[in-house]
Amino acid sequence: MSLKRHAAGGGIRQIRILFQSQKSQNMESGEESVRTKNKSLALRKQWPFWVMIAPGMIYLLINNYGPMCGLFIAFKQIDYAKGIWKSPWIGFDNFTYLFKTDAAFLITKNTILYNLLFIVVGTVMGIATGIMLSELRRKFETRFFQTVILLPYLLSWVICAYIGYAFLSRDTGLINGILRTFGEPPVDWYNDPGKWPFILLFVNVWKGLGYSSIVYMSTIIGIDRSLYESAMVDGATKLAQIRYITIPLLKSTVIMLTIMSIGRMFYSDFGLFYQMPMNSGTLYSTTQTIDTYVYRALMQQSNIGMSSAAGFYQSIVGFILVLSANAVVRKFSAENAMF
Amino acid sequence: MANVLGRGEKIFQVVIHVFLIIFALCAILPLWVLAAGSITGEQELILEGYSFLPKSVSFTAYKYLFYKAADILNAYGITLIITITGTVTSLVITPLLAYPLSRKDFRARNVISFLVFFTMLFNGGIVPSYIMWTQVFHMKNTIWALIIPGLLMNGFNVILMKNYFAQNIPVELIEAAKIDGAGEFRIFLKMILPLSLPIMATVGLFVGIGYWNDWTNGLYYVTKPELYSLQNLLNRILQDVQFLSSSTVSQAAGGATSMTEMPSVSIRMAISVVGILPIMVLYPFFQKYFVKGITVGAVKG
Repeated sequence: MSLKRHAAGGGIRQIRILFQSQKSQNMESGEESVRTKNKSLALRKQWPFWVMIAPGMIYLLINNYGPMCGLFIAFKQIDYAKGIWKSPWIGFDNFTYLFKTDAAFLITKNTILYNLLFIVVGTVMGIATGIMLSELRRKFETRFFQTVILLPYLLSWVICAYIGYAFLSRDTGLINGILRTFGEPPVDWYNDPGKWPFILLFVNVWKGLGYSSIVYMSTIIGIDRSLYESAMVDGATKLAQIRYITIPLLKSTVIMLTIMSIGRMFYSDFGLFYQMPMNSGTLYSTTQTIDTYVYRALMQQSNIGMSSAAGFYQSIVGFILVLSANAVVRKFSAENAMF
Repeated sequence: MANVLGRGEKIFQVVIHVFLIIFALCAILPLWVLAAGSITGEQELILEGYSFLPKSVSFTAYKYLFYKAADILNAYGITLIITITGTVTSLVITPLLAYPLSRKDFRARNVISFLVFFTMLFNGGIVPSYIMWTQVFHMKNTIWALIIPGLLMNGFNVILMKNYFAQNIPVELIEAAKIDGAGEFRIFLKMILPLSLPIMATVGLFVGIGYWNDWTNGLYYVTKPELYSLQNLLNRILQDVQFLSSSTVSQAAGGATSMTEMPSVSIRMAISVVGILPIMVLYPFFQKYFVKGITVGAVKG
């Protein structure tokens, strides 16, 4: 019931699924009298399922639900010597401290602005590339470009940091080398916060383009070919076909994915913001996001209070955003809503 | 074919080729720079920096890495262990959880499905996780810390598999097997799993790459160099290139370390090449499943 979106390819399909579950419920109630007589039989039928789901559910309960229950530590003054349970409750003190600092505003601003930038540029680039890939006339070309453009997606963020270092290092970097040959003064990239919004945007698109173009291309391939054929008979140019057929038909996918990314707006890619700037303190004004702040407060400053408060803030606001995003999607097109 | 194309169509094809070639170069050239940097002479690097086309070629960096092979092999070993253990375990527990959720006669399926789904909407974040794994489960500086936290299973993969089972395995088949007297476990092992190889390959691939590329668990939970995975070793060397010349594993292993002086500029590129190589070699083989996996996730996720 909560997972309609995942099972459904479209409205009709969904109604059928709902209908089926309705039917099986009716059957179940019809069998009710038999079942009560034979309760042990019913139990015997169910236990294998419980055995099967046990390992996975135990993992989810620990790995996912454990930390959810642990959110309360944001209201405590954790002292490892006393242990988590015996550490004193301090109410909202951690939050008061956090929001008194400039950091709270900075990390919220950075996280949200970068997300907006990535959503806009990433979507436009993804759609454009998806269209281009689907317009190639030879199959092997599509496969070749797809494979190559997807390459950066496979690299770990550590490797990406090495690549960034090869390009941006002040003394031995490739870009400064090029600047030098043209007689320009070298740029100290890792100490110049003003350059980083562009660098991070470029890296983000570079790494994610392969993935998003495949997502859009798979939608484009699903479009009825006869629409294009009849448009061609009417003399529509390629650009006109894209403008009046492809893009309108992509609209619902784009709207849905965008709203979903807005729901994720309080989260940032820790690898991108931690690895690419190579932990350079002078860049914090343009590279610190909620995720890197939580990490640094926890691991580098051992300030559990601040980091747990920031983490709590992220979890709760993030959750509210996801719920709101879903409510909006449901208003647009119920079949695309998550629940 | 080509002469059927109109003039506008031809221009259009040229334009999209130009763009796609630029994008493809953006994807490939950075890797080329790493490879070129690793075989450039140290003196040239110090004077002129990394470049696309090195003037002098030298394999000193790789020779040095060869002396330090103990560290690197150790890290490779750790990465292989966690990748294999993690992926195999994941491919056991994920379908075992997903399959009953696809069965209409499992009475708790709605409740359990919701519990799985909810993990995709809400999470406690890293601070409670860190405290739980270190204070309650005492995983700091154990190999378990690289395998268990976060990576082993996620709600998305469970739902992906559940949908695959629900859509591709006819209920009649299960009914027939039951009439023939097969138990649930037998049905799962002998019928469901063989029919689900495509989704198993896709999920396994993504989980495997996740383990191979993961550096965050090591960052949080591992401080002992003997337990560094490949990514953690790379991460450490990037931040402190001297780490390689002072590292503990190789000294304990051999001692013949400071014989050659470390070419500190080219060594970074050489070690990153060593880190990328396995993925580059395997990529052509799993590329197809990878693209398919993204499409499956896109349609149903």
